[in-house]
Amino acid sequence: MSRQSVAKAHQKIQELSWEPMYHQPVSHYGTDYTFRKAQKKDPLKQVLRSYFPMQEEKDHRVYGASDGAIRGNMFRQVQERWLEWQKLFLSIIPLPEISAARAMPLLFRNVPNPELHNGQAIQMIDEVRHSTIQQNLKRLYMNNYIDPAGFNSSLRNFQNDYCGTIGRQFAEGFITGDAITAASIYLTIVAETAFTNTLFVAMPAEAAANGDYLLPTVFHSVQSDESRHISNGYATLLMALADEGNHQLLERDLRYAWWNNHRVVDAAIGTFIEYGTKDRRKDRESYAEMWRRWIYDDYYRSYLVPLEKYGLVIPHDLIEESWNQIWHKGYVHEVAQFFATGWLANYWRIDPMTDKDFEWFESKYPGWYDRYGKWWENYNRLSTPNGHHPIVAEDVDYQYPHRCWTCMVPCLVREDMVMAEVDGQWRTYCHEACRWTDVEAFRPVYQGRQTPNMGQLIGAREWETLYHGWNWADVVSDMGFVRDDGKTMVAQPHLNLDDPKKMWTLDHLRRMPNLQSPNVLLNQMTEEERAAFHANYIKGGPAGRPARD
Amino acid sequence: MTTATERSVPKPVFTDAEAGAKEFPDSRARRFNYFVPQKRKQTHYEDVTVEVQPDPRHYLAQGWLYGFSDGKGGYPLDWTVLKAWGSDRPEPERGPGTGGQGYEWPAHGWHEFRDPNEEWELSLYRYNANVVRQLQANVDAAKQAKAFAQWNPNWVRFVQQHVGAWMHVDHGLGLYLFANANRRGPTNMHNTAIAVNSMHLIRAAQDLALYQLTLSEEVEGFDGTAHLETWNSDPAWQGVREMAERLTATGDWAEAVFAANVVFQPLVGELFRSQLVMQAAPRNGDFVTPTVVGAEEYDFSERDLRYTRAIFELLTNDREFAEHNSRILNTWLADWTGQAIGAARAMQPLWSQPDAKPARFEDALDRVKSRFAGVVEDLSLDLPKELER
Repeated sequence: MSRQSVAKAHQKIQELSWEPMYHQPVSHYGTDYTFRKAQKKDPLKQVLRSYFPMQEEKDHRVYGASDGAIRGNMFRQVQERWLEWQKLFLSIIPLPEISAARAMPLLFRNVPNPELHNGQAIQMIDEVRHSTIQQNLKRLYMNNYIDPAGFNSSLRNFQNDYCGTIGRQFAEGFITGDAITAASIYLTIVAETAFTNTLFVAMPAEAAANGDYLLPTVFHSVQSDESRHISNGYATLLMALADEGNHQLLERDLRYAWWNNHRVVDAAIGTFIEYGTKDRRKDRESYAEMWRRWIYDDYYRSYLVPLEKYGLVIPHDLIEESWNQIWHKGYVHEVAQFFATGWLANYWRIDPMTDKDFEWFESKYPGWYDRYGKWWENYNRLSTPNGHHPIVAEDVDYQYPHRCWTCMVPCLVREDMVMAEVDGQWRTYCHEACRWTDVEAFRPVYQGRQTPNMGQLIGAREWETLYHGWNWADVVSDMGFVRDDGKTMVAQPHLNLDDPKKMWTLDHLRRMPNLQSPNVLLNQMTEEERAAFHANYIKGGPAGRPARD
Repeated sequence: MTTATERSVPKPVFTDAEAGAKEFPDSRARRFNYFVPQKRKQTHYEDVTVEVQPDPRHYLAQGWLYGFSDGKGGYPLDWTVLKAWGSDRPEPERGPGTGGQGYEWPAHGWHEFRDPNEEWELSLYRYNANVVRQLQANVDAAKQAKAFAQWNPNWVRFVQQHVGAWMHVDHGLGLYLFANANRRGPTNMHNTAIAVNSMHLIRAAQDLALYQLTLSEEVEGFDGTAHLETWNSDPAWQGVREMAERLTATGDWAEAVFAANVVFQPLVGELFRSQLVMQAAPRNGDFVTPTVVGAEEYDFSERDLRYTRAIFELLTNDREFAEHNSRILNTWLADWTGQAIGAARAMQPLWSQPDAKPARFEDALDRVKSRFAGVVEDLSLDLPKELER
């Protein structure tokens, strides 16, 4: 269709909506925001007559590349270090995608603008596309990559391993709670507009550098739909800003959504990009450099800051603090170290770092070796079974961390950990911003204002508590992370598949001390013990080192 | 002599990381092992849809993490009053030392539903792209053949008013019933099928709207806005409109889908599309409109009704709640059928408007009642009293 006819066609389909005369459409989802009816335009003017063939053409390209990858033996050049982390990533990402599809109806009754509903419906089916095309990519990896373990069990494993809940926030935050908080601010304004840049652009570039050109093929195709979604969010945001009564809620939700996305996405994608790559060219961008470009410059400075003139209160302090966490406090490195500490509770293999990796890290993050080098040397030393335990149960100068109740990434930057007694339980938080999210933002009253539609943080939010007092072999069996010989673990702290003696089995885990939940122990302490524990904990780190007295 | 600086690019490395390069535990385990396929071998469709939406009753060890203000998270099973076996079992309690085991997969009968159309992104884009391409070709061919010039004035009026009015039904149900319900179902298979149904309807609405746009350009005197007046105030349409609005106001997702696809579409949708428009058009010199309306008819009869039957057949044959479900579905049938027949009868004046008349209204109504009775019998439900002659 020509540009002119698309405009006419889009104008014509505006005649389709109607005001109900007999019954109002069902209203399932509440919000504390208020909207006045406004003729806000759908900026992309998408009509299904051109949309479906466009998407089909994009599919042709994706599936053509998939065939080409198999015929061209792409997997002879794929780095195992990289593909192993895809077992986690491709477990996570189909759920946020499909959750975004499910989130669109939250907006229908709350955003009184039929023209935007058309764009939201198209976003819904885009997200179905993304979820299933990503599942299909995982299926292709499972069928063609050397080690299918972990891919073949991903949608069971993701939902019970010790990292899974971290990733699930990126989905569940879209579909529950206050409809605008969830489906507009958290999903489109922050997750899609800011963080898909690192998810779907930066990470695929790293995949290509590791011999995998299918991930970029699929994810760039996905990203090409995101501009529509970003426009949906922007139009809704402008409508919300038109009512001054919403400004307090927008400020709250931007703070929550920004900080939670930073905690979750930077943890995962930062780890994949920095610790999942074999590309150690000194001039390739680090995650910190990518973040500065894609998120700080392109999102914060170019997108968010100009909205200040419309009355949006931007969380400058949290954005600067996120950068501080990534650049000065080693957030990504702390997370990668934690993921590797608990390698046995995962369902993918984590390659040890080598001298070449050390050199790259040191050049990109000066001081890295002094902080993390020794621990990774220990990881390498302890990677094959030789009469010792997995690293989590060995003395490597690492204090197993407490979970953050809110973001569920542990309290890794030790000095930032705060505690609060909430609903009769002592909880730990990785940062004051996460304490605020739980204790102040996700509550039915916010700064004296009734917020009856705000959601709740629920669930058994600490993985370790489920297995408090369990033997590690039983933990891994319970989660099902065992290969088809009934004893060899799916996870391994190395990539060696040649020698069965180098692969860890349940038998090795039987000798380990039982798993202890830090939160259960915290709640067993007296008040004095707890205060002393906290004072000691925040003196620890970096790299998980216990406090030195 | 100058030396070229080597470009900094990643170097290809031979890793031999392809399937079959080594033998080790799980090296041949190349199928998703977390669900039981409906048939002997799992399908591509199942691989890309099953379990993407998790369930705390089996694998979701830590439960849902975010809740609405009432504390409910995820996809509560009580968003419909219908039940599948296992629905009444409580979610596993979690606490210190409980472990993460739930019920054995599937934990409850909702997970047994599979869309017989096997819809996922590849299938839905191929199908809908083909439809819009074919429609565009049909309309273009008609333009070139000056086919619209053969229409008599009454038929022009009929298309601008009544065929135009139907697009409001498609749009309203597509957005506010089906797209809305894609958040409500208990599994990814339900919600994906419902989302695809939504797009069929929204596409059909746009197909009709754009067809109207073409007619405004091609047919002298064609009033492209006449459908608004018809939809808003023509008494023949108010029964349809009231029912469409009530469908979008139905809170129980399963009732909304059932009432739309089992009752409304066979008794009202097919009556209008197949028994009126597609029958009357050729006799009035119009071979184009039936292809536009027929595309939507195919969406419903060959795809949307198929998955709907599969959802409700499982429930009426459920090993624990068949009687409970049948009782409720019969109540819904009784409730909605009367309204649908009323809406259909209110449309009767439309049958006399074209110059060349279609088959009698009563005969047309008998045919859709017969078709409807077949759908009801397939679901082992009771024929509503309105079907008695």
